[in-house]
Amino acid sequence: MSMPRLESDDEIESLPPDIAKKARALLMTLVRPHLAMAVFLAVIVVLTAALMVIGPVFIADALDQGVPAAIDGDMDPLIRAVTLFVVSAIASAVLAFTSTRLVGITAQKILFTLRERVFTHVQRLDLGYHEKSTSGRLVSRQTSDMESVQQFLSYSLFDTALAVLQMLFIAVTLVVLDVPLAIVVFAGFVPLFFITKAAHSTQRSAYRRTRTSIAKVIVHFVETMGGIRAVQAYRRQPERRGTLSDQDARYRDANTDALRGVAWFAGWTRLIGNITQTVIIVIGAWLVIEGWTQIGVLAAFILYLRRFYGPLDELVQAFNLYQSASAALEKIAAVLDTDPEVVEPTQPQALPAHASRDAAASGRTLDLDKVRFAYADGPDVLPRFDLHIPAGQIVALVGATGAGKSTLVKLVTRFYDPSEGQITLDEVDLRDLDDAQLRSSVVMVTQESFLFAGTIADNIRIGNPGAGDDDVVAAATAVGLNAYIRRLPDGYATDVKKRGGRLSSGQRQLVSFARVFLADPDVVVLDEATAHLDIPSERLVQDALATVLEGRTAIIIAHRLSTVEIADRVLVMESGRIVEDGTPDELISGTGKFAQLHQAWRDSLV
Amino acid sequence: MRPLLRFWPDLRSRIGVYVLVLVLTLLANGIQLIVPVITGYIVDGPIAHRDLSGLWLPVLGVLFIGIAEAVGMWARRMVVAPVVSQWEVTWRSRLFDRLQYTSVAIHDSWESGQLLSRAVNDLSQLRRFFAFGLPFLLSTPIVLAVGTVMLVIMQPVFGLIMIIMAVPAIISVAVFEKHYRETSRRSQDTMGELTTNVEESIQGIRILKSFGRSPWAAERFSEISTRLKSLEIRKAKLDSWLWSVLLLLPTLAQAAIVAVGTWGVIEGWTTIGTVVAAVTISMVLRMPIEMLGFLLADALMALTAAGRYWEVIDIRHDITDTDGGVDDAPEVGRYRGKLRFDDVDFHFADTERLTLRGLDLTIEPGQTLALVGATGSGKTTLASLVPRLQDVSAGTVSIDDVDIRDMPVNELRHLVSVSFEDPILFSTSVAENVEMGAPGASEEEIWEALEIAAAKDFVSRLPDGLDTQVGEQGLSLSGGQRQRLALARAVIGRPRILVLDDPLSAVDVDTEDRVQRALREILPDSTTLIIAHRPSTAALADVVAVLDEGRIAALGTHEELLESSKLYRELMGASAKADAHTYPGSAASAKEGGTP
Repeated sequence: MSMPRLESDDEIESLPPDIAKKARALLMTLVRPHLAMAVFLAVIVVLTAALMVIGPVFIADALDQGVPAAIDGDMDPLIRAVTLFVVSAIASAVLAFTSTRLVGITAQKILFTLRERVFTHVQRLDLGYHEKSTSGRLVSRQTSDMESVQQFLSYSLFDTALAVLQMLFIAVTLVVLDVPLAIVVFAGFVPLFFITKAAHSTQRSAYRRTRTSIAKVIVHFVETMGGIRAVQAYRRQPERRGTLSDQDARYRDANTDALRGVAWFAGWTRLIGNITQTVIIVIGAWLVIEGWTQIGVLAAFILYLRRFYGPLDELVQAFNLYQSASAALEKIAAVLDTDPEVVEPTQPQALPAHASRDAAASGRTLDLDKVRFAYADGPDVLPRFDLHIPAGQIVALVGATGAGKSTLVKLVTRFYDPSEGQITLDEVDLRDLDDAQLRSSVVMVTQESFLFAGTIADNIRIGNPGAGDDDVVAAATAVGLNAYIRRLPDGYATDVKKRGGRLSSGQRQLVSFARVFLADPDVVVLDEATAHLDIPSERLVQDALATVLEGRTAIIIAHRLSTVEIADRVLVMESGRIVEDGTPDELISGTGKFAQLHQAWRDSLV
Repeated sequence: MRPLLRFWPDLRSRIGVYVLVLVLTLLANGIQLIVPVITGYIVDGPIAHRDLSGLWLPVLGVLFIGIAEAVGMWARRMVVAPVVSQWEVTWRSRLFDRLQYTSVAIHDSWESGQLLSRAVNDLSQLRRFFAFGLPFLLSTPIVLAVGTVMLVIMQPVFGLIMIIMAVPAIISVAVFEKHYRETSRRSQDTMGELTTNVEESIQGIRILKSFGRSPWAAERFSEISTRLKSLEIRKAKLDSWLWSVLLLLPTLAQAAIVAVGTWGVIEGWTTIGTVVAAVTISMVLRMPIEMLGFLLADALMALTAAGRYWEVIDIRHDITDTDGGVDDAPEVGRYRGKLRFDDVDFHFADTERLTLRGLDLTIEPGQTLALVGATGSGKTTLASLVPRLQDVSAGTVSIDDVDIRDMPVNELRHLVSVSFEDPILFSTSVAENVEMGAPGASEEEIWEALEIAAAKDFVSRLPDGLDTQVGEQGLSLSGGQRQRLALARAVIGRPRILVLDDPLSAVDVDTEDRVQRALREILPDSTTLIIAHRPSTAALADVVAVLDEGRIAALGTHEELLESSKLYRELMGASAKADAHTYPGSAASAKEGGTP
């Protein structure tokens, strides 16, 4: 049996122990390219904070000095103070305008980079990873988790800096005003420190739970909508609804816990601020009455105190957005931290050039040398074997489900690397070829015929994005799809998801074939590729195939045996071993497994 | 506003809690006004008079208000947290349920990511809005109104200044609203597009890797993600206009109050004390005005999210029971299983072109009919009509002469078992996947079904046998293995009517043959409609129907059709090959062996 190593859902979802560190490192690498902007924004922060503290001074000045002077007939102090106030207000507005823009732009640039990185990394991850993971989980990384990061970057990074700076300015003012009273204020930070520490650990676990549970909700949602036909036909709605409720209940609880954690944190913070204020009034009053402090100083102190604790609310908010974002970043970092097992070479080798134009149409030689394959520490799926396929040979691979045909093909196409031995193409190890060269040389048509959103022409063009319209039409014609496409409302420009674009599974398979025609590779690998076609279409494809395979190396997994008609050589596989190897005629006339299979197949024809 | 107002029933059901949240929000704003008054009193009174004994009462007042404020803040968040978290989940379950009963045709017309982004991103936006944005949005105008009234009472001229200032504010809000709403809608739609793209790039990974087209996919992703970036940046730029205007206006109003106030003092119609008080009040009002910009942006995003949510909820359900709903577990009547298509037309909703036209076909109880036809001739469409995954455009499909549209949908789907050309397995155990066909089936019945589907051997060799996890989150099986499990699910419980859409295309001929025989032996009473490409399949059927140009072009046994129908001979590959390879008797002998 061919099967990849199994991991339970939670194992895949579980995070490496040092993930928090990795998430922070990821954040740093994202912010670093914007360092100059960060410095500029820091300057804006300083100016904004300074204006916030100074602005009220001008208006106080206007009231204290300007108005009495104006009454006495001297307008100058008033005009000066009001002008300064208006100028500082305009400056504040300009700064707010600039910072909102720049923060928005920078946050979006960072997110853009992160999205691209996750996308390309996921594309690089090998098939082994994708076979274990689900699309829903990776989708949740790109959507829900990104949203958390965006919330933090757009709304709190700048505000945090501003709040901290504002507090700093006011703290300095407080110290200048009265040292003993300032010490009382700072004493309030001791309990605050412990509360923050406690909140840090509870909030972190709550936010991690929200991230994990929402990912499960997304996975369930994607699976249900993707399989809606089966859901409806088998009346699974109540059961599906039940599962969603269970998973959503977990998400709801995690979310409630996180929000309630904010409630406690914010409540405590405010309580400490308010108690400090009361203590200041009592001590201040005592100091004033004892004559240690001026009454004006105390008044100013109380005024500033309120503004000192104001930004704390914003810090609490920012703290929580940060916790949520870092839980999301951890999930994202874990994806980025997964290394593909099939890696591109650091020093790629080039395939030898075809000797001449003629030789270009001869395919390439494929050699499997002492190859063995097993998933991780599992038993051998393919025990050690050798296989030599000369250039231009068409090989049919035959055997029951699970005999190892698909695995062999996955090695040849380098979806997996062999556990032992090497596979060479014209004597170059597949592991030494860069991906672009490998994929243009060896192309595989898979069982599934997936269509991407877009037009039919776009979908055929996956075979070769540079192909002109004529080439696309030629490829479609070759597989017998042209006449059908011409009848569609928009012809080749018909959207496959929209009006008239619904292709039957047989037609989708023809699209897969047309892609190969366009790709024009040296080696073609076909995996059970004609399964959904009616016999005339299959014949048409096979005739076309015979033409296109002319002068190419080909490996065809043949369930239907009709393919064998165009093969030069047949390999029969059983339990991971090649048990028969010969030309079709040799094997048919023999008494082996293939002779029996072939007889059964002939019986299945008319 | 309408999309948000439609959430009123939900709000109403928790109105007590929500009003409490509003009151607490208002109180928090109110306390901001009271505390300075008391501290001012303390400084001017007891402290100025060196009166320690007079200090305690106001200090206790400050302490009490301080504690109350903290508790109020805590309580507001504690109370709102479970309510909004529950709402998000409730809305998602409504959305999910709406979609579960939405017909396949409508599902096909939606991009998958657009559904997901509504279910996740939009609903979390709504949760945030109802938790925070809305209470503040509702209380802010009250605070502003109270503040303005206070100013008017103090000195009408100062009130007038505030009101004049409101005019440009309202104008900029109006301009902002239009642009922001449009951008936000486009941005959230683009988010849906991005989600679809990510989903496709992962589900189609094998094709992308086979052709080395990951760079191409990355380019497509990049295009959408660039678009999303610029829309979000546009939002930030719109924000920057509104926020700075709302920052500037109140400060200008303050300056105006000082200037006009001074003039008033000189003229004698106001006092310095009034000017100071007016400035203090306007200072307190600055904060809510500045916040208004943020709240407005939040509300507009929530409005977009709500609009997108209701678009899904408003999808009309066209495949329902006669009463317009869908009963999950209706009573299942006794039927013999005569399946009849009577003058059936079918066209997809968005095109006039008929896929099926005037199609007549009857399958007698217990009969097996093989449906053959060229690629794209409408076989799958015909099969999908039987369990009402789609409805006919004209004509009727009936079981025992009862129009299937007159039966409860789920009674019909209980009678009809389907296996699709693309096998769909769910992320659960093999046993549960098979059992779906007949909930409550015993293990014995599961094994029997697996045996019919020729899946017994490979299932017993799976690491955990029947309990092996399969589906996207489990073991990856080959196409043929998945098809056989899906087939086992279709045949378990010996359904009255069996619809098999090319159920074994990825299986070798040997296995296919075994399955065919088992089907006939074990399920002789099931009326079977099987879509076939292979002569061997057709030969085993009681009747063969040839679908061409949307109607049944020929009907008869395999042998009869080989005689009479040129089209059938072509489809079976007989016209060209019949002379070259004749295998007389093979079909007949297969038939003998297959009939019990």
